[in-house]
Amino acid sequence: MRGSVARVLPLFAWVAVDMVLWGFLTRYLNAITRAGLDFVPTLLGAVLLWDYFTRVMHGVTTTFLEDVWSRNFLNLFATPLSIGEYVAGLVVSSVLTSTVGLVVMLVLATVVFGLSFLGFGVAIIPFMLVLLTFGLALGIVGSAIVLSLGPASEWFIWPIPAVVAPFAGVFYPVSTLPRWMQFIAQLLPPAPVFEGLRAIVAGQGVAMAPLAWAVALAVVYLVAACLIFGAVYRRAVRVGLIARYSAESLS
Amino acid sequence: MTGASALTHHVLEVNNLRKVYGSDVVAVDLVSFHVGRNEIVGLLGPNGAGKTTTINMVLGVLSPSAGSITIDGIDIARDRRHALERTNFAAVYAALPGNLTVAQNLRVFGLLYNVNDLNARIEQLLDRFDLVPLRDRKCGVLSSGEATRVALAKAFLNRPTLLLLDEPTASLDPAAADDVRTRIRRYADEANVGILWTSHNMYEVEDVCHRVLFLSHGRILLEGDPKRLPIEHGHKTLEDLFIAVAREPLTLGAK
Repeated sequence: MRGSVARVLPLFAWVAVDMVLWGFLTRYLNAITRAGLDFVPTLLGAVLLWDYFTRVMHGVTTTFLEDVWSRNFLNLFATPLSIGEYVAGLVVSSVLTSTVGLVVMLVLATVVFGLSFLGFGVAIIPFMLVLLTFGLALGIVGSAIVLSLGPASEWFIWPIPAVVAPFAGVFYPVSTLPRWMQFIAQLLPPAPVFEGLRAIVAGQGVAMAPLAWAVALAVVYLVAACLIFGAVYRRAVRVGLIARYSAESLS
Repeated sequence: MTGASALTHHVLEVNNLRKVYGSDVVAVDLVSFHVGRNEIVGLLGPNGAGKTTTINMVLGVLSPSAGSITIDGIDIARDRRHALERTNFAAVYAALPGNLTVAQNLRVFGLLYNVNDLNARIEQLLDRFDLVPLRDRKCGVLSSGEATRVALAKAFLNRPTLLLLDEPTASLDPAAADDVRTRIRRYADEANVGILWTSHNMYEVEDVCHRVLFLSHGRILLEGDPKRLPIEHGHKTLEDLFIAVAREPLTLGAK
């Protein structure tokens, strides 16, 4: 990665652009709405957390897709590397790259737009853990989709965060949603995180039961994602997908 | 059987190997063969004969429908990690990541194969395959000959007891191919390694292989010394025999 602008820049460039865009939007909203209403913690805080979740998910899938793009499956899976070690590598890579993005977002949001991240209190720790765990789970499932359906299916996985966002209530309370969307929101670990975020800003305490549910759900999804990836890998070895992707890429 | 220390067994033993795709497409059909230490065995046959399918099963990236594969005494189905620690490969369709330099690729794969004293090993291979001037060049911009030498350096990284070479000279001009063959032979002699080599160049096969196996429609039709086999079957050259196997496999009979 050292010396490669194409790899270093995406770690923080897009999230930095997001912070600038949404930072100025919150300033504008603060200026045109009634006094005392501060959009920085609700809107900019929500964008920051959602971008972190997205970076975590894309951190896993991008690392996996690097092996797809470089036609490296055959070389990689013919080594003694176990599938568990490979997935662990995806996770470690994602945690490191998303942390870089998080730090850049925090610096920009705090220094330029006055977001007080510590003002969210200790609840921010489970918030981040839920988003990290669920992001990893979605990233691993996304990688399994590409391994199962082939390199062209990468376009299915890039929009996953955008599809999840309306259900997760990132910018509005889940109660805003129609009932069927609320039902889906209950199955999404990020939903209680953003409900909790808004509760803290409103001066209310974080409801612990939904947050505990979110933590448990995220862990279950992560375990399920690892099992799915393992099953897809075993099928790929059985039907010859790993060898075929290298040959197909060549032709 | 611990395998690694035993010197009596073959480095590769394949028994009744079979691969069926779906319910009825038989790619490899009850194939059995072995590769001994210090032996170069040619796996020959027309396109679609089952050579690459067999190699993929030996590499653990394709699971057999039936049969067993033992590498240096270790059953790959039971102990994949230790079996693959003793194996490596180079294939024309498995280029190393082009966005990494030669040295970076060797480092990454050296770590994956858990190579001891990796820095020294990389220097040794860079020197051995004349890659020192290319050390910091990205693999994606190398010529075919240079890329093949890097792939071979990677293939020798972990000092494998079994080396699989799937058409290693396929994209090279005759001079570069001769250079690569010389390097492989020289290094194989020193490294006490068994090699399974596929090629469509019969002159090359006759030159490097101690023994050849002819595959057709997933089955081994013929096996023997590449210099004597053509005469034994009424052909002048190995290439003539190859053409006969490709066109009229039934006249030669399945093994």
